[in-house]
Amino acid sequence: MPTPQPTAVSIRELPLKFDKTLQVISEALAGRRLAITGTTGFLGTALVERLLRCVPDVQLVLLVRPGRRGADERIHREIIRNDVFDRLRHELGQTAFDQLCEQQITGINGDVGVDGLGLDNAGRDLISSCDIVIHSAAAVAFDNPLDTAVEVNLLGPVRLVQLLNEMGASPHFIAVSTCYVAGSRRGNAAEEPLLDGPMYVPLSWREEVEASRRRRITTETQSRDPACLEEFRNRARHELGAAGTPALAAKTEQLRSRWVHDQMVEAGRSRASSLGFPDAYAFTKALAETAVAETKGDLQVTTVRPSIIESTYSEPVPGWIRGFRMAEPIIIGYGRGLLTDFPGIPQGVLDVIPVDLVAAALCAVAARGPDPSRPVIQVASGAVNPFRFNQLVDLTHRWFSENPIYDDRDQPIPPPNWTYPGRGRVIRQLKRLRRGLDASERLLGRLPIRGRQAEISANLDERREQVERALGYVELYGAYTECEALFGVERLLELWDSLDDNDKESYCFDPRIIDWNHYVADIHLPTVVAQGRVKTEPTGRAGSSRQQRQRAQVLSPKRHLAAFDLENTIIATNVVVAYGWLATHRLPINERTRLITKVLLEAPSLLALDRRDRSDFLRHFYRRYEGAPVKQMAEDSRTMFSDLILTQAFPAAIRRVREHRAAGHTTVLITGALDFIVDPLRPLFDHIVCAELAQDHGTYTGHLASVPPTSESRAEVLRDFANAEGLSLSESVAYADSASDLPLLEAVGYPVAVNPEPRLAILARKRGWLIEHFDKAQGSPRKLLPISARQPT
Amino acid sequence: MKDKVRPTPRPGMVLAVDRSTPPILFHHGEGFRTERLPAGRSRIIYPAEPLKGLEDPEGAIHHALLNPINQDPLPAQLRPGMKLTIAFDDISLPLPQMRRPDIRQLVIEQVLEMAAAAGVEDVHLIAALALHRRMTEAELRHAVGDRVYDAFAPSGCLYNHDAEDPDNMVILGTTPHDEKVQFNRRAAESDLVVYVNINLVSMDGGHKSTATGLSGYQGLRHHHNVSTMQQSKSFMDQQRSELHASNWRMGKVLHDAGVKIFQIETTVNNNTFGVDGPLAMLQKREWEWSARDRAAFMGMQAGLKLSTTQMNRKIFQSWRAPYELTSVQAGEIEAVHKITTENVYAQHLVRVEGQTDILTMGLPYICPYNVNSVMNPILVMCLGLGYFFNLYRGRPLVREGGAVIMSHPTRWEFHPVHHPSYIDFFEEVLADTTDPAEIEARYERRFAEDEWYIHLYRKSYAYHGVHPFYMWYWGAHALAHLGTVIIVGGDAKAVQRMGFRPASTLQDALEIASDTVGSAPTITHIHNPPILMADVN
Repeated sequence: MPTPQPTAVSIRELPLKFDKTLQVISEALAGRRLAITGTTGFLGTALVERLLRCVPDVQLVLLVRPGRRGADERIHREIIRNDVFDRLRHELGQTAFDQLCEQQITGINGDVGVDGLGLDNAGRDLISSCDIVIHSAAAVAFDNPLDTAVEVNLLGPVRLVQLLNEMGASPHFIAVSTCYVAGSRRGNAAEEPLLDGPMYVPLSWREEVEASRRRRITTETQSRDPACLEEFRNRARHELGAAGTPALAAKTEQLRSRWVHDQMVEAGRSRASSLGFPDAYAFTKALAETAVAETKGDLQVTTVRPSIIESTYSEPVPGWIRGFRMAEPIIIGYGRGLLTDFPGIPQGVLDVIPVDLVAAALCAVAARGPDPSRPVIQVASGAVNPFRFNQLVDLTHRWFSENPIYDDRDQPIPPPNWTYPGRGRVIRQLKRLRRGLDASERLLGRLPIRGRQAEISANLDERREQVERALGYVELYGAYTECEALFGVERLLELWDSLDDNDKESYCFDPRIIDWNHYVADIHLPTVVAQGRVKTEPTGRAGSSRQQRQRAQVLSPKRHLAAFDLENTIIATNVVVAYGWLATHRLPINERTRLITKVLLEAPSLLALDRRDRSDFLRHFYRRYEGAPVKQMAEDSRTMFSDLILTQAFPAAIRRVREHRAAGHTTVLITGALDFIVDPLRPLFDHIVCAELAQDHGTYTGHLASVPPTSESRAEVLRDFANAEGLSLSESVAYADSASDLPLLEAVGYPVAVNPEPRLAILARKRGWLIEHFDKAQGSPRKLLPISARQPT
Repeated sequence: MKDKVRPTPRPGMVLAVDRSTPPILFHHGEGFRTERLPAGRSRIIYPAEPLKGLEDPEGAIHHALLNPINQDPLPAQLRPGMKLTIAFDDISLPLPQMRRPDIRQLVIEQVLEMAAAAGVEDVHLIAALALHRRMTEAELRHAVGDRVYDAFAPSGCLYNHDAEDPDNMVILGTTPHDEKVQFNRRAAESDLVVYVNINLVSMDGGHKSTATGLSGYQGLRHHHNVSTMQQSKSFMDQQRSELHASNWRMGKVLHDAGVKIFQIETTVNNNTFGVDGPLAMLQKREWEWSARDRAAFMGMQAGLKLSTTQMNRKIFQSWRAPYELTSVQAGEIEAVHKITTENVYAQHLVRVEGQTDILTMGLPYICPYNVNSVMNPILVMCLGLGYFFNLYRGRPLVREGGAVIMSHPTRWEFHPVHHPSYIDFFEEVLADTTDPAEIEARYERRFAEDEWYIHLYRKSYAYHGVHPFYMWYWGAHALAHLGTVIIVGGDAKAVQRMGFRPASTLQDALEIASDTVGSAPTITHIHNPPILMADVN
């Protein structure tokens, strides 16, 4: 990674490792054993890097959730490989760096979210043998479910403290908390334990734990209520249509668990705000401070409270960030013009602190050791170097005006002008907008549209999601921009003043040195935009480049199989129209009209049946072929091929089938249409799976000879076919037009939505599938009614 | 109803445009434009008025069959137990389709009567369509008449030639130029092939009737290619046409292989739109339009504007030309065809002095390949740069490096049943290159041997997969000769796809052409149809 230019406020580059014999902090920590939690997180990674780079022979014991790969593998992949170590890697060389990590880092499997921390005996021994324990693990998302926040943020440190007490260990316990434990209150928030301060809310943390666990059980139970399940099923059906039982079941369950999640998030938010906290994170952190104080016994505890942590100011390089943090989505949303306004007090202080300052402060606290007179240290900027909300907005506006993000059509997006409205007003506006979009989407969903018109639905849905997201940001983060608390940093500055000059250079945590203009414009915004993967310059291939890439992918010789639906994917007609044509082909004019009128009158009920269940519909509809002579149907179908099928075909779709064949792919048509109707299409495909009617003495009985390949059975048919041919579905392509074809589309690695109906248009857009619009040939003979051409007499 | 024909038709003429020349009619697809041409440097070539038709067509046909040239009378060639095949020109002739009874019907009925009289039982009737689309039942009925159709079609003895049926095609030999001669097996194995032709333009007929009409891709590719077309100057002039030279060589191979052909050729006059009737003004000279003609024209223009493209197409495609038979001759192919050509020239040739810088043409709604179908952009190119450009004898009407300005809506429209390979040719091949030689080298084989196109050609009503290539080759001589091609009033994207330049008005087109031909170019307008052929010296 190229090292960015040194910052204007110069913090001199560190001398090479181990060449800092004069540094007090490094000396104090040298050779010590530190246990750290939360090292796969933003602050934790920065802390590990700092310790490894600056402290000789420090031993780091990292408690990491094992996941699927185990702690050691996760440490390697998620911590050591991170680009924050690039500087150290570069300074030492890869081999020495690997050696250093090998010697100084020990991973143990553990999880602060479960009782007993999920540790084995060796792990317990190792942790309790440490001189210092830094607990920085937290569920930091501001929209965590209540019980997740409680288990991790509140019970996590309590469990650690209990373990250490149980083991009779007495390390210096440093708990990372947040300044916002002070709640959404005006005035000064000093560096003192909550119990002693004016912000203390007398609550039993144990009751809150019990309540959150009960809440989870109740919500889970409620979600399984028949009425609720019915509602989820209806919503799934609305979203997917007649996609078949397995797909609907999966969707229903997904909706149920999402509902439970949302309920728990809402429970956290409302409980937090009822007690004056901006969110469940701050609320559970506050409870944690109280709980640790209550359970610590003889343990020496220091609480470090950072404010909003953002990208590095200078160490190890300016602008390093991990993951998408709180302000980033808002900044990107702003740059893309999605957030047209945002609540906040223009003069309000936005308390941001670069992560390297927090890591340095943690090192200093660790080096200093426990100090009962200073049990709490806040790392914040607001009180001594305030950064105001309007300053951020102005800087961001100016920056995006000069460095705009480009839209799909290569047009620069002008940044919006924020007016600092109240939170309530913004929320009301957004909710009104969401209702409007919901209604339009519902209306469109009911219209028989597809293809380009259906894209309107997808656009609406995208817009609705943007509004949802904006609403989420406003509801979650609005409280932070409106927060008027000032976090005192006297203790922090005392600690700062106690450092010698060398330490001040190597472990800078003085918030006064931050030049906000420089930090925002030169460090933070470029980082955020780079991380946000947005288009920062016109590509010169407006619009279709992604589509072209996807087309090249589906037609790559590496693909194995291409499966096609028939109706509205290859031809713009359906089984009813084909029946109308065949039934009228040999009828005199007056009877034709009567028959077609009859079919047309039945259309609404047929459509409804088709929407409910495609197989039932086909079974019901195909009874009409009862008594039809087999030979005559075959002969008439050949005529219908030219008179109806080909005139209604999409030439581009036919070309696509042939391109697949030319690329060496096996092509399969999977359709609920009848065999004699699709028979003339055989030369186009390698294989055709279609419906077949039973025969009796040369006539059709009107009953299906086998289950017609519809919805989920299409996926099955394709799977069986691929297995039999030894082809891989993940290397296969499927083309279909309707949400009821989802199982088929989901079964393959390269799904393509053709002229999608609204529901599929939305899904395809969300999932980034290739969407094709195939049209009938301009110049196709038009047929108003499905009647065959008049027979010459 | 038989139209009135002037007793003494006037020959074609060249009009020098001056200030008094009225706006000139330009055919423009299913519609018309009227354009003023710059006075002093423009001229208009008008076709001859319709020649007088034969008084007694049936009698003339009978006479020709009994008095063939260089062959025995037809009845003398017929005997019981023989295999007789009657092949006839397909839907591409004449244009537009003629009023009933079609000439083919008149001829075939007499041939069949003679065959019946001679006790011939094994008779097949084959539409000699080479790689054209199959004719529908209605089209076959129109061509041969209901009586013949009902007598032969149900028993499978009247059918369309199928050049992709491996059992139906046979290689009869090779010409000295190493050209394979592929032929319809039934015709090859017949004791006599009677060919019934309608010779609309001088390209038609002769050995081309059989050597092309009853052949397939293996044979056609020897003369339906870029090199041949570029060496045919023009392919309307048999003396200077490599296309015809090749067909004549193949004709000799057919003869040597023992295929006996009794060629019946017919010519029709120029009575395309009728001497009276709703379209009569289209074959009159503008300054001779009566008040009624003007009113009818204005009414028609207004009506066309109000109606839809599809409706207009339907109206025009339903027009049946009141063509009249002007000659019929039968017997040995080459001798027959010599007379036929003379008769065609008598109607079409117009003497023109010298070449021009810009040739303008108004393209009508029909060409040989979109009867009852859609005139797609490739066919627009073929009609303009293939047929109209090549309607010359001597030298091309336009000088080398000159410009052609065609007027046609050139919509991005294709008939999905008739022209499936055209769609792909337009979307895939022309998007890549418009150079005929490159197209031939890189794409022809794949399209020609494509199974799906072959399936559609055989089982549906599609032109063969290779057909759009031939259309493009048809314009190869013009493309090599011309400096620029401009289409007035066409769909800009479709025009550009073909490598031409779009213009919204004739004035714009002349302006654009000035880049190529200078600021005061000479302009010649070919007032076609009715058909004329320029004899340029």
